[in-house]
Amino acid sequence: MTLLSELAPGSQAFVTDVQARTASDPVAVRLRDLGFVPGEPVKLVAYGPFGADPMLVQVGFTRFALRRSEAERVRVSSEEPSHV
Amino acid sequence: MSEATLAVLPRSIALVGNPNCGKTALFNQLTGSRQKVANYAGVTVERKEGRLVLPSGRKLRVLDLPGAYSLNATSPDEAVTRDVCLGQHPEETQPDLLLCVADATNLRLHLRFVLELKRLGRPMVLALNMVDAAKRRGIRIDREKLEQALGFPVVETVAVRRRGAADLISALDEHALTMPAVPPASAEQDLHAETRRLIASAVSMPQPTSPMDEAIDRWVLHPVWGLAILAATMLLVFQAVYAWAGPFQDAIETSLGWAGTQLAAHMPDGLLRSLLVEGVIAGTGGVLVFLPQILILFFFILVLEESGYLPRAAFLLDRFMVSTGLSGRAFIPLLSSFACAVPGIMATRSIPDPRDRLLTILVAPLMTCSARLPVYALLIGAFIPDQRVFGLFNLQGLTLFALYAAGIVSAMLVALVARRFGRRAGEQALLLEIPAWRIPNPRDVALGLRERGAIFLRRVGTIILALSVLLWFLSSFPTPPADWTRPAIEYSFAGHIGRAMEVLFAPIGFNWQICVALIPGLAAREVAVSGLAAVYAVSAGEAGVEHALATALGSQWSLATALSLLAWYVFAPQCLATLAVIRRETGSLKATLGATALLTGMAYAVALIVYRLTGLLT
Ligand SMILES: Nc1nc2c(ncn2[C@@H]2O[C@H](COP(=O)(O)OP(=O)(O)OP(=O)(O)O)[C@@H](O)[C@H]2O)c(=O)[nH]1
Ligand SMILES: [Mg+2]
Repeated sequence: MTLLSELAPGSQAFVTDVQARTASDPVAVRLRDLGFVPGEPVKLVAYGPFGADPMLVQVGFTRFALRRSEAERVRVSSEEPSHV
Repeated sequence: MSEATLAVLPRSIALVGNPNCGKTALFNQLTGSRQKVANYAGVTVERKEGRLVLPSGRKLRVLDLPGAYSLNATSPDEAVTRDVCLGQHPEETQPDLLLCVADATNLRLHLRFVLELKRLGRPMVLALNMVDAAKRRGIRIDREKLEQALGFPVVETVAVRRRGAADLISALDEHALTMPAVPPASAEQDLHAETRRLIASAVSMPQPTSPMDEAIDRWVLHPVWGLAILAATMLLVFQAVYAWAGPFQDAIETSLGWAGTQLAAHMPDGLLRSLLVEGVIAGTGGVLVFLPQILILFFFILVLEESGYLPRAAFLLDRFMVSTGLSGRAFIPLLSSFACAVPGIMATRSIPDPRDRLLTILVAPLMTCSARLPVYALLIGAFIPDQRVFGLFNLQGLTLFALYAAGIVSAMLVALVARRFGRRAGEQALLLEIPAWRIPNPRDVALGLRERGAIFLRRVGTIILALSVLLWFLSSFPTPPADWTRPAIEYSFAGHIGRAMEVLFAPIGFNWQICVALIPGLAAREVAVSGLAAVYAVSAGEAGVEHALATALGSQWSLATALSLLAWYVFAPQCLATLAVIRRETGSLKATLGATALLTGMAYAVALIVYRLTGLLT
């Protein structure tokens, strides 16, 4: 199990889950709404120029700039889950 | 179709959907409005109303709403959309029909929100927008299948093409009587799973993103090349605003000068001639010459906004902005503030974190708005020699650049200090969508420019004209007695007001003439130029107002005074419209007064330092 923030640029993975930092973590809720849900393919497209932050992540047909701290909430795995 | 039908005709419809799916473009198409359309999320931040007359003659009230990713709102603009959809908005009744808009190239994200809206159980229609872009990318969507699965009408639209909403309009007309009230979907249903099912059955997508976009982004978002492209773009804008405008400005100056001399030659000397030549032509003409610069600035802003570059610049600069205490999310509002702080401050509504938003509002007036350009250009022209430095740069252009940079640097300093002293509210999210690249439509850019030009001319023709006449009056009356030996203006109202203010401003090198010019500058910053023209009794002669004024200033002010005034202009929040919008957006008088005091204090302090230092060095 890896974190989205640890992916290498250009690599593809599948979301396993989004971990909330607090009971009502608005960032985690929003990430799920944006499509970071189990089984969804994600790709790390690029890094920002300073400190490799933020990161450009493709989920579904959309690309989002996420800060590292946001991407750390998303756990990914390289294998496509079978049950989805 | 569902059994449940709407008994009454819908009279109001609201455009709802994800950010940047083309709601406003569609709204403009339906209602003939000209609301702002641009290629980034969060363009529309408040509800806008318009009217649509259907071919059958029935009238609909159409509401354009800010884009939202979900009804679980995280920023003030999303909250407006949520409240209107749920019928909880204090000033808005629940719309009879939700006109959902989805970007056909982005259905994985957009259909989920459509399904979330469906749960509200309201009558709905789905506009599949941007089918032109979808076709170009080889995306095929089975509209009928989608319609069947969703249970409400689905129509294809191209909001930016003439008659691109024809299908939608006839659907609104024809379905009006039997508009199905969509049965609320069961709440447990997983929206994401359902979205995937819909896409699997009705959409064929060759690639998730456009290969062309990816190729461009490899350069534009590259850690090194990306920053180089950003810097080059900014420099190009500067160079263009400063250099390309020259010939056009000369033409305007010449014609105004001609008008002035003709009037002076053909009218008897007297009050009316003085009013026309020194009040009207000199006052408005001094500002009018900046029309070319303003149009060039807006040309670049419009092209950048429509291309999709702005969120990418925000991506590149986010980390840097965070280190100064701001957020990459603040980039677009702050960039808009270079045109004018008022829309810039309104654009902060798309910033989720209240502290980020407040800080952005506070520093937005430090971005050099286009109304300051005339003042800068006048003083630079009068005091900074037109020479090359390092064989490459023009000293005047560099000074202008330095003034813009001074605003940006001080904004970062303010943000840094505010973060240091303010309690840190938890972490703030970026979560910024990077849209597809788009080639700006020349017709839209031309229309946008015409609009900006018209706004500027209206300003010149109304507020600036009125203030110029007022200034002319204040500096012409009362007329001095016959034995008065000094300049007549010193006897006038303006002379007295200026003298009274001078006490306060003398330490930073302002003479009473500048003090007089500062007052109308509160209503419109550019009028300071007209104000100076009025108090120095410059008239539109052969060389044009601006030249005459620059010569007058150059011979009567010290360099220290000129630089001090420039410094004052970088910081001083002397624009009532900006203060009013801060008051409205923060809803707090305390914050507004605090911002005013802070910015005024900074203006005074920096002007003082600049004045003293220059005094020592020259
Ligand atoms: N190719 C194409 N582009 C479109 C179409 N409709 C809108 N656009 C472009 O999409 C971008 C977004 O349009 P807007 O109307 O501002 O989108 P919006 O949904 O109002 O966005 P927000 O107000 O931020 O929620 C602009 O660059 C438009 O020019 C379309 O049908 N085809
Ligand atoms: Mg809009």
